[in-house]
Amino acid sequence: MDTPMISRLEQRIERLRQQPRAIRFAARNPVLVAGSLLLLGILLLALFAPWIASHDPTEMNVIERLKPPSAEFLLGTDALGRDIFSRTLYGARVSLLVGVSVALLSALIGIFVGTVAGFNRLADKLIMRVMDGMMAIPGILLAVALMTLIHASISTVVIAIALPEIPRVVRLVRSLVLTIREQPYIQAAQAMGTRFPLVLIRHVIPNLLTPLIVQASFIWASAMIFEAYLSFLGAGTPPEVPSWGNMMAEGRSVVQLAFGIILYPGIFLGLTVLAVNLVGDGLRDLLDPRIARKL
Amino acid sequence: MNYLLKRILAVIPVLAVVAVIVFLLLHLAPGDPAVIIGGDTASAEDIERIRQTLGLNRPLPEQFFHWVGQVVQGNLGTSVFTGMPVAEMIMQRVEPTLWISALTMLFAVTFAVPMGILAAWKAGTWFDRAISGLAVASFSLPVFVIGYALVYGFSTHLGWFPVQGFKSLSDGFGPFIRHLALPVISGGLIYMALLARMTRSTMLEVLGEDYIRTARAKGLSTPRLLLRHALKNAAVPIVTTIGLGIAMLLSGVIVTESVFAIPGIGRLTVDSILRRDYPVIQGIVLVTATAYVVINLVTDLLYGLFDPRIRY
Repeated sequence: MDTPMISRLEQRIERLRQQPRAIRFAARNPVLVAGSLLLLGILLLALFAPWIASHDPTEMNVIERLKPPSAEFLLGTDALGRDIFSRTLYGARVSLLVGVSVALLSALIGIFVGTVAGFNRLADKLIMRVMDGMMAIPGILLAVALMTLIHASISTVVIAIALPEIPRVVRLVRSLVLTIREQPYIQAAQAMGTRFPLVLIRHVIPNLLTPLIVQASFIWASAMIFEAYLSFLGAGTPPEVPSWGNMMAEGRSVVQLAFGIILYPGIFLGLTVLAVNLVGDGLRDLLDPRIARKL
Repeated sequence: MNYLLKRILAVIPVLAVVAVIVFLLLHLAPGDPAVIIGGDTASAEDIERIRQTLGLNRPLPEQFFHWVGQVVQGNLGTSVFTGMPVAEMIMQRVEPTLWISALTMLFAVTFAVPMGILAAWKAGTWFDRAISGLAVASFSLPVFVIGYALVYGFSTHLGWFPVQGFKSLSDGFGPFIRHLALPVISGGLIYMALLARMTRSTMLEVLGEDYIRTARAKGLSTPRLLLRHALKNAAVPIVTTIGLGIAMLLSGVIVTESVFAIPGIGRLTVDSILRRDYPVIQGIVLVTATAYVVINLVTDLLYGLFDPRIRY
């Protein structure tokens, strides 16, 4: 290489060095940063909903029903005269809460069951058979079946959505455990006399976390869509909860008159799911390029 | 032949587990199964009669085998609401759902495979990015929002398609396809996105192989290279995704039917939820799970057709 080219490269490296770290990070991980910013915006809207909302989300006003967007009702009103903008803000809380809870619940159960399957050959056969059976039932139907049997509330909806997600987590955890347990560092820990529970906590579970966090973010995203499906089918959160799914389910009967009742919560839901999916994609590429193609 | 038999027999434990799950859901849920099956309007005598006929007083394993015996003979129980056999109710509603599912699959595969091939061939270009963008967008939107948006645009405003309803093929092909167009597109987008992404990534992998470079060096035309050499070797993962995606497709169809007021299994599900008609829901779960398992069995057996290296 000739000298001018080297000096040009040096100049470029120098310029890159002078850039703030944040910008360098953003330039390298555009998907992750865009998703995180979008998600942060929605989180703030949900957190500060009581201050941003112009109306009480459950306040009915029969005279003002099915109004188009105006200065008072930013996105119009629904069939009971409730403010769609305020309800959409509060709906973000329900949707995010359900999404995060489902992701945490299925990840926790998945870690437990998957680790057992990965370490015990007898349990493995039984567990994987059960998981195969669970995966054969379309998720939405399994959730619907459970919801018709139990009392509808936010926590039962979380359980019903988490149930069909569990097999996917178990499969991932199991396959990871099967490779991790053959690693030299596990043998070393055992040779040093570390007791098994400690090996699990110190060495196995930390090595599971990276792919699991990525998987959990995808579960979070799909759980929010599932929540909307369940409400739409009439098996979701109780109707008085201002969730996006319930808003859209109620909007069904007046869709020809006021498309906005379905459209606005739908757009918000879409953006939130998109944000979480982008964060998941970004994390996957950032944390472990090796699993990038598998998930 | 040995493999074939083994693969077919492997279906049995999966279906057995499905049966156990469905059975346990009812019996482990808080509340008396007889009251749940009887529904909200059942009197004390009705509940006692249900308890007697279903043998709910007997030990769980005995109940389970009795119930499985009935299910295997095609007796899925009786609806709480209509009093009709569940199997009969499902049969009455199966036609629209089968049509939507089949056409959705046809629609998705027809568009997704060429899209995925082109995206892989033109990897990194605007076309590739557009396909990924479309995939991410359709993964982020609920099926019914897409459905209502299509209705709003193409039916309410343009008037090209009917807003809702279903016409049987015997009413003529024109009305039949016009009624199914929007449901198929709205339910099929996510399935299409899934397939296109899978096709793209497998094709990318195959296109990096040495024999592709050799084929190109030999002077093979691009379409021949892509279709004859690359696609054939990428076929197995794509077919697997088509099979595994059926669960997603069925979930979508159930929701779509509700948007377009199509009298299929999805509508039966919604009606049964409203009536808290658990026997019907249970029947639907069993039938769809069986369909899913059988379809995946068939796709597994099709591998040999696409990849002659796989022998049974």
